[in-house]
Amino acid sequence: MKFNRLIALGLFFFVVTGCGGNTMPDPEADTGTMVDDSFDTQTDSFGDDGLGDGEFIDADDFGMDELAMVIYFDFDQSTLRAEYSDLLQRHAATLSNDNRAQIRLEGHADERGSREYNIGLGERRSQAVRSLLLIQGASADQISTVSFGEERPAAFGSDEESYELNRRVEIKYIN
Amino acid sequence: MKDLLVRWLITPALLLAYAGAAIAQLEVIITDYVGKRAPVAVVPFGWEGDDATAPFDIDDIISADLSRSGRFAPIDEDGMLQKPTTTLDIDFDDWRILNVEAVVIGKIIQTGANAYSVQFQAFDVFTREQLIGYRMPASLGNMRQVAHRAADMIYEKLTGIPGVFGTKVAYVTAQGDGADRMYTLVVSDADGENQFTIMESRDPIMSPAWSPDSRRLAYVSFEGDVSTIYVQTLRSGNRIKASSRAGINGAPSFSPDGRKLVLTLGGIDGNLDINVLDLATRQFTRLTTNRAIDTEGTWSPDGQSIYFTSDRSGGPQVYRISANGGAAERVTFEGSYNARPRLSPDGSRLALVHLDRGNYRIGVLDLDDKELLIVSNGQQDESPSFAPNSDSLIYATREGRNGVLEMVSADGLYRQRLGSRQGDVREPVWSPFPRY
Repeated sequence: MKFNRLIALGLFFFVVTGCGGNTMPDPEADTGTMVDDSFDTQTDSFGDDGLGDGEFIDADDFGMDELAMVIYFDFDQSTLRAEYSDLLQRHAATLSNDNRAQIRLEGHADERGSREYNIGLGERRSQAVRSLLLIQGASADQISTVSFGEERPAAFGSDEESYELNRRVEIKYIN
Repeated sequence: MKDLLVRWLITPALLLAYAGAAIAQLEVIITDYVGKRAPVAVVPFGWEGDDATAPFDIDDIISADLSRSGRFAPIDEDGMLQKPTTTLDIDFDDWRILNVEAVVIGKIIQTGANAYSVQFQAFDVFTREQLIGYRMPASLGNMRQVAHRAADMIYEKLTGIPGVFGTKVAYVTAQGDGADRMYTLVVSDADGENQFTIMESRDPIMSPAWSPDSRRLAYVSFEGDVSTIYVQTLRSGNRIKASSRAGINGAPSFSPDGRKLVLTLGGIDGNLDINVLDLATRQFTRLTTNRAIDTEGTWSPDGQSIYFTSDRSGGPQVYRISANGGAAERVTFEGSYNARPRLSPDGSRLALVHLDRGNYRIGVLDLDDKELLIVSNGQQDESPSFAPNSDSLIYATREGRNGVLEMVSADGLYRQRLGSRQGDVREPVWSPFPRY
């Protein structure tokens, strides 16, 4: 857990600017699979700082326990930074190698501005990650998205440092 | 009557500060006031009943209400030269000396076990005429509401504007960190009293919205880590799942007839669009299809159109679309960020969140002359909601790490803070008028 956090932070501070993906969801990339409402009964719903507490212990997964589970974004952006391409490729491979694997992408925004609009910004980020995973071989029924907007901050400060930690997508393996 | 209002409006502006009494967990602190407050007197009410003293200080609440309105300065009881309880006892000269413009007198009469009759009268000191007289039944359980109703009636006579003392406010709180974080949806009186938690959850609660009859609240809950729109009946606590589709279910707001919700659906592709849900038929109608974020829909009071936020032009701006769909028309042009529109109930103005030189503030846009007035002064103000009389707004601002609520007159001149001891308070929504 701590280690994952370090990796996530490390990736975060190793800033590589550049454009690594599309910002808008690709309509061709999904097959319109419905997400079952019964999801809402089983997940642990809180207390999770987004780094995937003990949810994926399978030893067969190639080094999965070292895969970062958080992807950070620039201000007002849903563009994936180039630094995440390798990480997302490995998540995509995990999904395409095991079609029972399912993830939930949780989009987040910093606290500035209107709350429901921030839900939209968080969703845009989830969708950017989803699109890339679909392109790289994951299937649509393995991925659901949710946006918490600014409602579940990872850091509580009202400063740029906190905002940077809050503009993120968390990848949660849910089975 | 009009001239009573005019008399103090034309007086040169004064800066007054007033610290209100601590009330429950939301503490009213009047932070800004520009303008003169008309001196009035609310005389201690008379009492006819079994016990030595009245069971309730109706006059205290009326006085506090009038004071909180920002328009009146009730004089101190100690300064009164007389304390009449009936018309015949009033000596208007005693009130003229004190420069009081209106006098309120009244009486509580016990009529049975926990049954009372509350009567009040308000007089114009200058014309010596009764402005209003009214009598209503009361019990210990509804004494506060009776007092607020009296204050509403007096306020309307004095200003020509319906009072909102008997209204309610719904808001969301968040307390604690990490695993201890709890969210609650609270309904309280507009003065912060009578707080009642109608829903609590370890997952976020968002976007409460009143039904036009004040009986139901729609809101978004993230129970189970998915977004769901519920409509909860206040009296019973029962709730229905109004929308729980894949992806985003957000930003609900009732139609003026209470039969429909405008809401935001994201779908599996996450393209947020404005939809209308007919609550009886469960029929969804999609109003926008734009690839941008379209959200925060709200009905115009006449039910004809829906205002919403869209970033189709780049940043978020407010647009308007017919409630039946069609082309959207852009409404806001000033600045790079205008979001979360809410119409005044009289339909003349639009409250929104406006990025003002680096600060998110509450703007009030006059829909006729297109003037944008900034009425808040924080750095991250949000969620404006008009009072049902269109005369003031409530919104959320920051006090350190926590959100607190502020009320401001629609002209921006008078502001009061509902200080909180409840953690982070946000997303206030002002109820419609109570049904007396």
